[in-house]
Amino acid sequence: MNGAMLFGLVAAALVGVGLYGLIVNPQPLRKILAFNVIGSGVFLLFGVIARRGAAAGLGGDPVPQALLITGIVVAFSATAIAVTVLLRLFEETGTTTLASAVPPPAAGPGPGQDQAGE
Amino acid sequence: MIVDAVYAAPALLILSLGIYSTIVRDTFSATVGFIAYGLLLTVAWVQLHGVDVALTEAAIGGGLTGLLLVRASARLRPTEALARAEAPGGAMRLLAGLMAGGVFVVLAIAVLSLPDPAPTLAPQAAEHMASLGVGNPITAVLLAYRAMDTMLEAIVLLLALIGVWSLAPDRVWGGRPGPRYNADPEGILAFIARVLPPVGIIVGIYIFWIGADHPGGKFQGATIVAAMWLLTMMAGLADAPPINRRWVRILLVAGPAVFVAVGVAGALTAGAFLGYPEGWAKPLILVIEFALMPSLALTLGLIMAGTPERPAAP
Repeated sequence: MNGAMLFGLVAAALVGVGLYGLIVNPQPLRKILAFNVIGSGVFLLFGVIARRGAAAGLGGDPVPQALLITGIVVAFSATAIAVTVLLRLFEETGTTTLASAVPPPAAGPGPGQDQAGE
Repeated sequence: MIVDAVYAAPALLILSLGIYSTIVRDTFSATVGFIAYGLLLTVAWVQLHGVDVALTEAAIGGGLTGLLLVRASARLRPTEALARAEAPGGAMRLLAGLMAGGVFVVLAIAVLSLPDPAPTLAPQAAEHMASLGVGNPITAVLLAYRAMDTMLEAIVLLLALIGVWSLAPDRVWGGRPGPRYNADPEGILAFIARVLPPVGIIVGIYIFWIGADHPGGKFQGATIVAAMWLLTMMAGLADAPPINRRWVRILLVAGPAVFVAVGVAGALTAGAFLGYPEGWAKPLILVIEFALMPSLALTLGLIMAGTPERPAAP
């Protein structure tokens, strides 16, 4: 087994670890973090595939590597939106629980701010 | 068979830190672990001969994403106690563990049975690099063969910023993002925020400029410049601009707009959207990179600054 293959196995394990965290952590922020762990596992796996495609004097196949850079930036964009939505939810309701039985707010919905995000 | 320690050590550390940030009780510790995890991943990328990816992972994957998570975990600290009470029971954990283990086994089998010799597009990418006048094969791919991805990526960042802004409450719409930071003006943070940015901005622009021929590029460079801006903001030396300022809006769309304009010009002169006429590839790639860099730095900085929280008033 060579080094690239070892990283391939680590990548597979990271996807598993992230999936476990996504399911068992009740906090949304931890779910976002776990999702990023899954994402980095997928990226690493793709990086291993790029490394195996080394040819023409290049250390790795540049096409998957270029796609990875795009992927990392897009994953950051999605994380930024998710974290912002979460912070806004906390600001509005004072809680971030995902439980289905949410205690009703004291005085109905917020004053006309429900459409603010549309 | 024994694997070389330069592969085994980072692999083991990455896996341990990934597990740590997933299962540790305290959310703040988890986010700090995630930053270390991101930095260690860059070592793996260097081992995999993906130095460009390593730079992106360090700057965006570990750095900016990590900062987002750390700051959010500090704000969400009051929710910790309630969340602990919601932790699922043993049966649920066991099922989740079995499922995660199953996914790992399937992926591991897939990794071990990858085709040999591996399929590759490297020869095709290398073949046309000379005609593009670009020495870095990844820049060549990003701006020539897969320019559409790069354009959409810049637009995705812009859409993310619009998404972040659109969460602003009505009363502060058009106002300044995030809280006003008040650091001790004599403190270490303010000191670093004065000393580091001149160096950081030069490093950022260097990584941007070198990207044509060596590892680096606009996204990595723009992230470093944006990080320097964030540092001065967090030290209270600078403030984020109100988001309704015209110069902010113009600078944000300038880069993607130039990219689209070059693409449309390519459709007219070279017969394909984002095609470059013969001999014009290098100058046009430079035009796109130069136009995108400031827009990207501002977009990343404002995404990190967050939703408007204060009215724009003077």
